[in-house]
Amino acid sequence: MNLQFIVDGLFAGAMIGLGAIGVTLTYSILRFANFAHGEFIAWGAYAALTLTGLIGFLVGHDIAPLGPFSFGWPLLAAGIIAMALTGLLALALDVILFSRLRARGNAIIMVMASFGASLALRSLLEFIFTDEPQYFSREIQIAIPLGGGMRLTPDQLLLFGLAAVLVIAMFLVMSRTTIGRSMRAVSENPTLASVVGVDVERVIRATWLLGGALACAAGIMVGITVQVRPYMGFDLLLPLFAAAILGGIGSMPGAVAGGLIVGLAEAAAVPLVGAGYRGAVAFAVLIAVLIVKPTGLFGLRE
Amino acid sequence: MTFDLLAYAAFFLTNALIFGIICLGLNLQWGQTGLFNVGIAGFVAIGAYTSALLTTPDAPGRFGGFGMPIVVGWLAAALVTGILALVIGALTLRLRSDYLAITTFGVAIAIQLTALNFQRLTGGPFGIAFIPRPFASLQGNALAFDVANFVLVAAVTLIVFVGLERLVRGPWGRVLRSIREDETAAAAIGKNARVYRLQAFVLGSAVMGLAGAVQGHFIGFIAPDNYLSTITFQVWVMLIVGGAGNNRGALLGAVFVWGLWSGSSALTATIFPPDQQARAASLQIVLIGVLLAFILVVRPRGLLAEPATVSRFVGRKSKHEPKIQG
Repeated sequence: MNLQFIVDGLFAGAMIGLGAIGVTLTYSILRFANFAHGEFIAWGAYAALTLTGLIGFLVGHDIAPLGPFSFGWPLLAAGIIAMALTGLLALALDVILFSRLRARGNAIIMVMASFGASLALRSLLEFIFTDEPQYFSREIQIAIPLGGGMRLTPDQLLLFGLAAVLVIAMFLVMSRTTIGRSMRAVSENPTLASVVGVDVERVIRATWLLGGALACAAGIMVGITVQVRPYMGFDLLLPLFAAAILGGIGSMPGAVAGGLIVGLAEAAAVPLVGAGYRGAVAFAVLIAVLIVKPTGLFGLRE
Repeated sequence: MTFDLLAYAAFFLTNALIFGIICLGLNLQWGQTGLFNVGIAGFVAIGAYTSALLTTPDAPGRFGGFGMPIVVGWLAAALVTGILALVIGALTLRLRSDYLAITTFGVAIAIQLTALNFQRLTGGPFGIAFIPRPFASLQGNALAFDVANFVLVAAVTLIVFVGLERLVRGPWGRVLRSIREDETAAAAIGKNARVYRLQAFVLGSAVMGLAGAVQGHFIGFIAPDNYLSTITFQVWVMLIVGGAGNNRGALLGAVFVWGLWSGSSALTATIFPPDQQARAASLQIVLIGVLLAFILVVRPRGLLAEPATVSRFVGRKSKHEPKIQG
């Protein structure tokens, strides 16, 4: 049996995991399932793509790719700016839409609003960039053998490393910093948290900024290794939800683990059921979790 | 000229009322019971495909084509969609309300992928053609055909409307609303919230399945592309604009939003050059999305608010009393 699916699955899973962190944080801190989270992935990828082009235009000459990778420093710089911009986009959406509905205290209205926002944001991307797929680079990459018949391109290796750095950094933020502790406190019990002096509004802002930035990172990973399309985030939405629920709502390590499992399940299932049903694999995982253990792997509540 | 206009009016209203039937189903789920269904496209698709498989003539290379009468197809569509909703509802209605949203979203994707890929059953990307159209013998005369179909669809809408109104105004509807407003209080008087929610979810989905079948037969052709999340979105906008919790509002919203949608389609088709049509279509969706968000923020009750009645025997509450908010 060819073991390549393990590498592909873990790589796809890392992208899903990065996105699922934002979903699980929004769900546990703001208490609603955000259907617009996939659009942060797509907008982040388009922001990075546009900024990379802009940097290339400003520099005025071709920039050689770094070492064995398909991209140069402009993409890394653009990626960092795009992450900040996507965080701000998430924050802006909160100010314009969600904060107004939050006061009414009906979570399901927020879900509906996020559903509307997701369609509007996605169609806006389609309007600006058309649905023609775009690429960060057209360089051809030679895959590195990893043994056991498994191969990985240098790009994938680097991105996998960067994703690991982001997850570890995020983990440290959540466990070692004041804002991280405040976020966990609000997710446990918002009333109690505000009674002991946690600034809930600040926690909400941090949640959107971090969730948006990580979604952007996931979008750039998808963009570099696959392609950039307006529907790229929408197609990831079901895997994101499946990963967040599988990991247990509110659990950041759970979201990452859930992402890796969903990614592996997709990669393992595609040779069996055909690539056409790839999108349904996450649905099967979701249903299995709801039947067996609705609280997920590391979750405490439904 | 007047005949053309009349035929178009009948055609337009037929399409709008089919959406109206879907809206009535959603109103039972969301308006009365507070269930958030994001998989409308999937339930509509199941109804359309069920009826198409049962009523089309035998087709080589594809399962079925059983050549049954249209009525059988429509009833089966409602039944099969209801059974699917029963399974999904039994799984998710015991959990937090968001789980139903996420699961139904997944259901719609899984159904659309199956329609696209399971060629032996669904005809794959090419869909199913030659679905018998009601009054097919009148097809030569556009006016007679459109008007006859309009009358038929209006009759179906009326039956669904009257049926749901009776249910909703009766004891059953009161229990649904009491669970929506205060589940603990409803449980305290011995009402099993989960069972009632499941009933509302199944019945609403069955109505959506019926509407899907009616639509499939009216157009005469179905394909997976008809059942993307855009249709779910349109129906939601219709219900929210019309007024959730109000069956008249559901129908009014369907006609109003379908009018906006068709009107803006016609407008973009004339304003934008042919190579920019796809772009213009996405702009149209942006505008409708903004409309939904805007109404949620500014006028959450929609055009016709939910009538604040407890029971028809008690009569209407006075206007000055605080309204119940969903």
